[in-house]
Amino acid sequence: MTGRFTLTTAILLALAATGARADAIRIGVNEPLTGPFAASGTYVVNGARIAADEINARGGVLGKKIELVVEDNKSNPTEAAAVAEKLITSDKTPVLMGAWGSSLTLAVMPKLADYEVPMLVETSSSGKITTSGNPFVFRISPPSALEAETFAPMVAKLGMKKVDFLVLNNDFGRGAATDFGKMLKDKGVQVGLVEIMDQGAQDMSAQLAKLKASDSDTIMVTSAVDQLVLLFKQMAALGLKKRVITTGGSQNPDQIIAQAGSAADGTMHLTTFLPWIPEKTPDPKATETFIAEWKRRGYEFAGVTESFRGYDGIRAIAHAIERAGKPEPAAIAKAFWSVDFTGLNGPIRFAKSGPAGRESGQSKPDVYLIEIKDGRVVLPTL
Amino acid sequence: MDQLIQHLVNTAILGGTYALLGIGLTLIFGIMNVVNFTHGALYTVGAYLMYLAVAALGLNFFLALPVAILGGLLFGAAIEILLLRPFRGQDIDTTMLVMIGAGIALQSGTLWIFGGVAKAIPSPFPEAPLQIGPVSVSWLRLFVLGAALALIGLAYALINRTKLGLAMRAAFQDADTAALMGVNVRRIYTATFAMGSALAAAAGALLGPVYVVYPQMGGLAELKAFAIVILGGLGNVTGAAIGGFILALAEELGAGYVSSGYRDAMGFLIIIAVLLYKPTGLFAKAERIG
Repeated sequence: MTGRFTLTTAILLALAATGARADAIRIGVNEPLTGPFAASGTYVVNGARIAADEINARGGVLGKKIELVVEDNKSNPTEAAAVAEKLITSDKTPVLMGAWGSSLTLAVMPKLADYEVPMLVETSSSGKITTSGNPFVFRISPPSALEAETFAPMVAKLGMKKVDFLVLNNDFGRGAATDFGKMLKDKGVQVGLVEIMDQGAQDMSAQLAKLKASDSDTIMVTSAVDQLVLLFKQMAALGLKKRVITTGGSQNPDQIIAQAGSAADGTMHLTTFLPWIPEKTPDPKATETFIAEWKRRGYEFAGVTESFRGYDGIRAIAHAIERAGKPEPAAIAKAFWSVDFTGLNGPIRFAKSGPAGRESGQSKPDVYLIEIKDGRVVLPTL
Repeated sequence: MDQLIQHLVNTAILGGTYALLGIGLTLIFGIMNVVNFTHGALYTVGAYLMYLAVAALGLNFFLALPVAILGGLLFGAAIEILLLRPFRGQDIDTTMLVMIGAGIALQSGTLWIFGGVAKAIPSPFPEAPLQIGPVSVSWLRLFVLGAALALIGLAYALINRTKLGLAMRAAFQDADTAALMGVNVRRIYTATFAMGSALAAAAGALLGPVYVVYPQMGGLAELKAFAIVILGGLGNVTGAAIGGFILALAEELGAGYVSSGYRDAMGFLIIIAVLLYKPTGLFAKAERIG
């Protein structure tokens, strides 16, 4: 009797479980949770979870809860493509968010085209992502050309004459060097060395020795937070005292201050979010709510410049699903074009980008220049 | 010229830790005929032990270093007793597979315990570098070089000047004869593996504060250690020490004057050249072959 009872209960429970799963709308999240970009990817996922919980607390989307299916792409493009395939074919997620790095996103893109499933790109900045004719890509982070364009008016104010680059050896870094280099040349600024480093490299003293010996006044650096910490420490060790401006928006200035200490003093960073000065963000109330929730969950404040992307990404996806009226890939892809709301760093609305007929969606967020001064983040006076 | 001097100073500092890594690996291969795929993981373990001691336990930096090295020694002894001893006498492929598995387990273990986010180890040295003319060196890196050289000297003395070292060298030349002469080869193997592991952990504990600590940090370090061992000749301790500095020089000059994009490729280009023209390594002696 007891035996049969347990069996029936088990079957009922199993049915209930599958019922709940079928009832929720699943969103695939493809982020680097291990490897060189682990810190950033984890922050993005934490931000995404806050958005999902917030949306579910308000009753979900189309009367259903949303459920994030989070997978680790190990900071590796091959893994990122495999993860996308798994999320689409095995988890049957009708829409994805990912994949943090440009090389990771570019590796996923052919899978999107194969299975005709849309993906919201929350962090990547390589121009190629929205210009290669993949109509399943919708990006809310700025491509490096857009970042360069926003930075252009500040070039003269900073008195930049000659600039060297130190960038990652991937689509993110090389793309930034190309786009910023072009903008600087248009502004009459000389471009000197373009030094390259591997994403896993820990010792950049050879590149830095070369940059120290050059006659440029500014070094533009493109990398993520962990490597930037190392770079600033090694620059201090080499006595390299040129102006440093980082691009890409994955700097987590507070983590840099905590880990690089005074070595980070005077460095400038192009970021896409201003959590230090919520009143200057496009939607101050939303910014404050988000930061309060982030702190309530016990996450490090340093992560918000990264996690807000995951938060806005999931919110944008929820808007798209709502407009699509059904959780199906084709309908969601179409609905992305009518998404229109104010994110934490500006309006999220997709404009067409890339070859006609196969355009990708690109939103135009705000870009800010901040400076680290005496261990604090300030807006430089220009 | 200034740039060249700076590159050479960087080489000396990088080379010291490379040598440490190489010596540990070459010892284990030379004496035990085991290809140690846990070497990189032990380097990572050393760095995390240092992190635990300094950041979590609040131990003094200089006290934490021997703690981390001792931890590496015990870890190595445990691996030898638990994983290698049962497979003694099996062919080299078997132990290689066991070591690959152990390496993966160790790496996943650190990921599981500490998470994927990189950790920084605070150091007591001043941020401002030592400036000698046009050349700058950080105090921390100078200390790392000094400590690495001291450890290399210590390892060298242990191998060449002590009874344990004599027994190790005897076991290296011919384990059976050494056993007949009363050497406890089992214990020598454990001591060798523990010592090699301690050197790897020392390299990790020294470089952890210079860089940041994360679970996959051992991957590249292990590749470089293998490169150094091949460069210096398998089982050749002096060769590994010199090989470490050669690799560092190739990387520095390659990145400085050829292309920084190929920095990590430089070492491997040298290895291909060595394997083509001097397959037993740059410093191999005739009697060590076969």
